[in-house]
Amino acid sequence: MLFHFHGGIHPDEHKLESSERPSARAPLPSRLIVPLQQHIGAKTKAIVQAGDKVLKGQMLARADGMVSAAVHAPTSGTVLSVDLHAVPHPSGLPDLCVTIEPDGEERWIEHAPLDYRAMPRAELLAKLQGAGIVGLGGATFPTHVKLSINPAQTVETLVLNGAECEPWITTDDRLMRERAAEIVQGIEILRYLVNPAETLVGIEDNKPQAIAAMRQACTGTDIQIITVPTLYPTGGEKQLIKVLTGKEVPSGVRPLNVGVSCSNVATAYAIHRLVNHGEPMISRLITVTGSVRTPQNFEVLIGTPVEELVKFAGGALPGSNGFILGGPMMGLHVSNGQLPVVKATNCIIVESAQLFPPPPAAMPCIRCTRCVDVCPAELQPQELHWFAKSTNFGKAQEYNLFDCIECGACNYVCPSHIPLVQYFRFAKSEIWAREREKRAADAARERHEFRLLRIEREKQEKAEKLAQKEKAALAAKAAAAVAPATDSAPAAVQPAPAAAESAADGATQSRIQAAIDRAKEQAAASKEKDTDILTPQQLAEMAEIEARRADIREIAHADAKQQQEQQ
Amino acid sequence: MPSSPFITRSTSVSAIMFKVLLALVPGIALYVWFYGPAILVSLALASVTALATEAVMLKLRNRPIKPFLSDNSALLTAWLLALSIPPLAPWWLVVVGTMFAISIAKHLYGGLGSNPFNPAMIGYAVLIISFPLHMTHWLSPLGLGQAEIGFADQLRYIFSGALPPGLTLDAVTMATPLDTLKTQLHMNRPMQEITAMPIYGHLAGHGSEMVAVGFLLGSVYLFANRIITWHQPVAFLGTLFLTAEIFHMVDSGHYATPMFHWFSGAAMLGAFFILTDPITSPTTPKGKLIFAAGAGFLTYIIRVFGGFPDGVAFATLLMNICVPLIDAYTQPKVFGHKAGKK
Ligand code: SF4
Ligand code: SF4
Repeated sequence: MLFHFHGGIHPDEHKLESSERPSARAPLPSRLIVPLQQHIGAKTKAIVQAGDKVLKGQMLARADGMVSAAVHAPTSGTVLSVDLHAVPHPSGLPDLCVTIEPDGEERWIEHAPLDYRAMPRAELLAKLQGAGIVGLGGATFPTHVKLSINPAQTVETLVLNGAECEPWITTDDRLMRERAAEIVQGIEILRYLVNPAETLVGIEDNKPQAIAAMRQACTGTDIQIITVPTLYPTGGEKQLIKVLTGKEVPSGVRPLNVGVSCSNVATAYAIHRLVNHGEPMISRLITVTGSVRTPQNFEVLIGTPVEELVKFAGGALPGSNGFILGGPMMGLHVSNGQLPVVKATNCIIVESAQLFPPPPAAMPCIRCTRCVDVCPAELQPQELHWFAKSTNFGKAQEYNLFDCIECGACNYVCPSHIPLVQYFRFAKSEIWAREREKRAADAARERHEFRLLRIEREKQEKAEKLAQKEKAALAAKAAAAVAPATDSAPAAVQPAPAAAESAADGATQSRIQAAIDRAKEQAAASKEKDTDILTPQQLAEMAEIEARRADIREIAHADAKQQQEQQ
Repeated sequence: MPSSPFITRSTSVSAIMFKVLLALVPGIALYVWFYGPAILVSLALASVTALATEAVMLKLRNRPIKPFLSDNSALLTAWLLALSIPPLAPWWLVVVGTMFAISIAKHLYGGLGSNPFNPAMIGYAVLIISFPLHMTHWLSPLGLGQAEIGFADQLRYIFSGALPPGLTLDAVTMATPLDTLKTQLHMNRPMQEITAMPIYGHLAGHGSEMVAVGFLLGSVYLFANRIITWHQPVAFLGTLFLTAEIFHMVDSGHYATPMFHWFSGAAMLGAFFILTDPITSPTTPKGKLIFAAGAGFLTYIIRVFGGFPDGVAFATLLMNICVPLIDAYTQPKVFGHKAGKK
């Protein structure tokens, strides 16, 4: 039985352009530019330098921290540089890349299959991290993190995502048609890792051959192939889980919390390559389509420049004007063909004005709620748009802005052609920025308060010391003066300073207590919306959003300026 | 730099508004059939005025003129207003109403998408308050009036106020069925006798009921194109029906049938073309229901107990005020927030 998620759209599929040609291995490019960060999470540490000879599969940078994944040399050759280079990232900022000149020999580093069943799970997970395995569905979240299950959690359902709902993209389709058996081997390893009660592979019904191939490869296993209706964005993780299991993953938590683990079929394939062949993640299947002579899927080495890959597909047709990395709904537009393909790149669409005409000028929102009708997150995009536009970010958060998956469905149907997603990205990044600033300010204030406290305490201590000294002096004097008299005098004098001391002490203590309480209060108050309760996934998303900020801000400010001018 | 998504479905505001205009055509055609072509004159007058006012306001507000002038929203306001006021009225009546609707009710509130009140209904309200007498001179349906004047004479009256010698305005116009019912009931005539008068047809007023049927027909097109949802029409007509039914059941001698209320005045126009205006109605399904149900109830109350000939306009405006509140309190649960977290 299948379930539904709310909304969704049916954009033109444009899959046939590339889906009917068998995939091919892309030739060695002239240069490989391998970004050191190709996953969501912490940066890696480079372990090679310019001039080094590297072998195919040799580690170039090691994972640094838990949410991180290593990067490897896609072929053998010489490291030309470890330097900043333009990378496909929404921020448009360059990042550290290892540039390799291939020697054409494709000499592998020593590698061997893993006997995973003899391996403790933690060790296998560490291998995944060391091999740079990340989710290939587009999010590139390190797979070992995703598969880390604490002992309290049980996985009822392992979901394999083969929906591939975005138009134009056909890599998973081709992969399932051509390498179903290998995918299933990968799935078996996943099953070993998460030990699910059931395993479901969701594939959209527009890929009958893939479904047939997978069915055949799964005969004799417990893996069920489930045909799901073609509807964008069924491939969204939470959407597919809803469709297959009926479970709604609560906002802000991982699917594991409802007993579901979800991975992409291409990730399963990559895991198979690692475990059964010892190969780290150095290549992937990429659809090259759009305004090119022979749209097709290629097995491409990570780091291949976009332009060279497009040449392998017969070259761009006249009138081409840029590339979309990813699909037309959520992809990234780049104009620089020198950018390398990365682990996240599942598709390169060569753009032309004919295929992707610029949208008509935006009109005001007419509250028609077409956007609401299609939003898979069941948001009110028109309200969010309004709040984002008026920079009423508190309200935007109240209306669950952060549940927006930026699928673009609302944008797609809006008759006023409002760049809704752009507004949402802008609002998200502004909110993160503000929260960070607020946190910094809080920290500063706390520091300041503690400083005051310290000064205060030092003063007190000084005063006390002084008092003590005086007291001692006094006592000495008194002792000297009253020495012949009784012993009771000093005893009578003594209690006074002691009382003062304890009073001062009490005041300090209560002040410290107040400061602590205040700090606690602040922490509690900010916690509600704070990053503290976010999953690593969200943290990572945040980092990404953050990076987009500069760009979007510019757009938004230009927008605002334009509006001001109009007014 | 462009950012995703890179594709859109090619609908536009102007296409949507144009479809709404098209959906009005059956009603207008029946209007012409039963009352003659005078309505076309007011539609034309209102259209020209609306476009001119829109252009001037856009210019004054420094907005791009072309995209907004071609969005068809001003035309729609014009048509709805023209259909709400008597066709045989001096030209300036419709012109003043339209100018007010477009300039004050729409543009002073921020233009397309920002106006809290339905501009056409504001135009109507202003006219009925300022020129109540002119707003009661409805053309008699063809074949029912004491006298009839040809199109040429109608035109002359509209533009110069002169009627053919020997005729008075009262001879060629009459009160609306709703109005007649009210005055006759005041004179203590029993309901059965009143509705047997020639101005009444099968369900409500002769002629006007068929125009209402025309609007009902047009709504099929709106539904087919998914321009409106069932919420407002069902809630509005349902509440109007229920309220009328209760009163009618209690005292059928004084309170007209639900059908009478459905097919009189602007009920059908309101249900499918006015309350469904997205800009001035709530966006949530529940909100739409509350909004339209409120309008249905108020329409009945104003019609039966109020001093105005029809209640749709004022009911709409009253409910327009509540829209932000209704929206705020009817927000549906978001995906991932339904389990009632914590
Ligand atoms: S689809 Fe566009 S015009 Fe319609 S309500 Fe949403 S944002 Fe407004
Ligand atoms: S982009 Fe966000 S708001 Fe728009 S449809 Fe997708 S999830 Fe909903």
